Amino acid sequence: MSDRLTVTVDGERTTAVPGQTVAALLIGLGRRSWRTTRGAGRPRGIFCGIGVCFDCLVVVNGESDVRACRRRVADGDEIRVQHGAENPS
Amino acid sequence: MTANPSVTIVGAGPAGLAAARAATAAGARVRLIDAEPAPGGQYLRGDALGVQEDGRSAPDLPGEVEHFPDTEVWALEPLSGGGARLHLRTGPADGSAGAGVAAPDDGPRASVDRAVPHHAVRTIDAPVLVLATGAHDRVLPFPGWDLPGVVTAGAAQALAKSQRTAIGNTAVVAGTGPFLLPVARSLHGVGARVAAVLEANAPVSGWLRDPAGTAAGAGKLGELAGHTAALARHRVPYRTRTAVIAAHGDGALEAVTTARLDPDWRPLPGTEHTIAADALCLGFGFTPRLELAIAAGCATTGGFVLVDAAQATSTHGVFAAGEPTGIGGAALAAAEGEVAGTAAARAAGHRVAPPLSALRRVRTGRRFAAALSAAHPVRSGWKEWPKDDTVVCRCEEVPLRDLRAAARSAPGGRAFKLASRAGLGLCQGRICGRNTADLIGLTHDDARRFDRRPIAVPIRLGDLAGDT
Ligand SMILES: Cc1cc2nc3c(=O)[nH]c(=O)nc-3n(C[C@H](O)[C@H](O)[C@H](O)COP(=O)(O)OP(=O)(O)OC[C@H]3O[C@@H](n4cnc5c(N)ncnc54)[C@H](O)[C@@H]3O)c2cc1C
Ligand code: FES
Repeated sequence: MSDRLTVTVDGERTTAVPGQTVAALLIGLGRRSWRTTRGAGRPRGIFCGIGVCFDCLVVVNGESDVRACRRRVADGDEIRVQHGAENPS
Repeated sequence: MTANPSVTIVGAGPAGLAAARAATAAGARVRLIDAEPAPGGQYLRGDALGVQEDGRSAPDLPGEVEHFPDTEVWALEPLSGGGARLHLRTGPADGSAGAGVAAPDDGPRASVDRAVPHHAVRTIDAPVLVLATGAHDRVLPFPGWDLPGVVTAGAAQALAKSQRTAIGNTAVVAGTGPFLLPVARSLHGVGARVAAVLEANAPVSGWLRDPAGTAAGAGKLGELAGHTAALARHRVPYRTRTAVIAAHGDGALEAVTTARLDPDWRPLPGTEHTIAADALCLGFGFTPRLELAIAAGCATTGGFVLVDAAQATSTHGVFAAGEPTGIGGAALAAAEGEVAGTAAARAAGHRVAPPLSALRRVRTGRRFAAALSAAHPVRSGWKEWPKDDTVVCRCEEVPLRDLRAAARSAPGGRAFKLASRAGLGLCQGRICGRNTADLIGLTHDDARRFDRRPIAVPIRLGDLAGDT
């Protein structure tokens, strides 16, 4: 079993560790926000850290509204920023 | 009653784990459900990195316990005979049914790379249920509090403890309560510089006001003394009667404005300071996670689930333990969990011995919790921190100005919510509910509407179709 996962973040290849959350991966890459709000397009990132606030939403494998603080990275994940309200695919 | 009556527990933090152990010891078959991949909850949260599927660094569970990891209870309906029906969703957080699972003809790339644990939606009946759902940090709004880089103290703690990740390079920790200390220490431990710890109250004199209550928490005080000594060693400034009243930055946090507070938490003019920081970690105590208890019809009092000495709620067959019944930290949560687990086993038809030692620990623990919360109240002067254009409801982006206008045109909880949209976003008022109620002066009954949520966790429509 490989102890590194290969994923893409906004199209760029990077590696993650098993057990890592998408939020921790993004913060480790120096990202501080990865979503804009539906109304004024305000930037948002992690806030409550435990799945309660829904601020940290991100798109994973084409599916929007994924809480980055709770979702564990899986090998091959394609992660990208979420702009406003995106319909779940 | 079935041959092997069972107890179902939601939440695998200190309270739920203690309940699971006690109920198992009494002979009950136990199902333990938690949204996280490994048991532990907040306090016992283990290092998740590199941990195998079986959760190596997680606390041990008795072998007989049936653990449902990665499983959110997204809705609950009371059962007429007592207890409740739970709607469960198991799998990677927020993935829809089949997400990431390779279809057989999905091409080589997907079939190799996308194999993730199965995803399932199902329903179980729990005639005897223990709710141990914990709490989340309370944060008060002020200008700039929704900038990226401003997080809850618990978020910084969880990232440090289980992800070995520092939320920023230079952090300010602010709010009230003893929780700020372990958070500052954890931040330092993962390499962040802690520029200051700001306590809005004046805690030392406050704790001394009830010596008996303070004595009841000798163990916890020892733990806190350890944090204080560590922070002093690292020369982290600790200021009391001080708060962050504004956060600044272009797209993300760059600096904070601090101010000294009067005893009611009104900022004292002329005492402002600027501190450069890329992380601000805020904690003003905790808000209990009540949605499942309220859905189960449990009565509440003062914002917490009402329980008797056996941790039984007003709903037959439903027990509650830990933070939903009152904020008191991990040791108290575990003691309550032991009582609840024992009482639940009894309700399920098992013979049990009264949990005398746990009952004693609950009593002393509640005393200490009362002394702590008396020393760390949220004082009303915070209502002067947000300005007209400060976003109060983060989800629906409702500024204070609009809240006030809605309160004038649509008084009363439900009409107000619809007019202002506060609390109608994805978090369903978990973050803004109490603040909004305080800001516009809602009555207790009206404020309770913010805690009544039809579903505990949003779920995709595709999953609803698969629910059985
Ligand atoms: C983010 C955060 C970090 C904290 N860190 C610390 C710390 O380091 N030290 C400390 O002394 N205190 C900490 N606390 C305070 C903490 O509340 C208590 O110390 C203690 O963990 C409370 O125990 P509990 O069993 O009541 O709840 P918790 O430990 O919070 O456990 C509750 C569990 O219920 C689960 N849950 C809730 N709702 C559902 C649902 N609908 N479906 C499935 N599962 C659900 C959660 O996933 C969680 O695992 C923290 C609090 C927060 C919010
Ligand atoms: S940070 Fe609050 S839900 Fe993820």
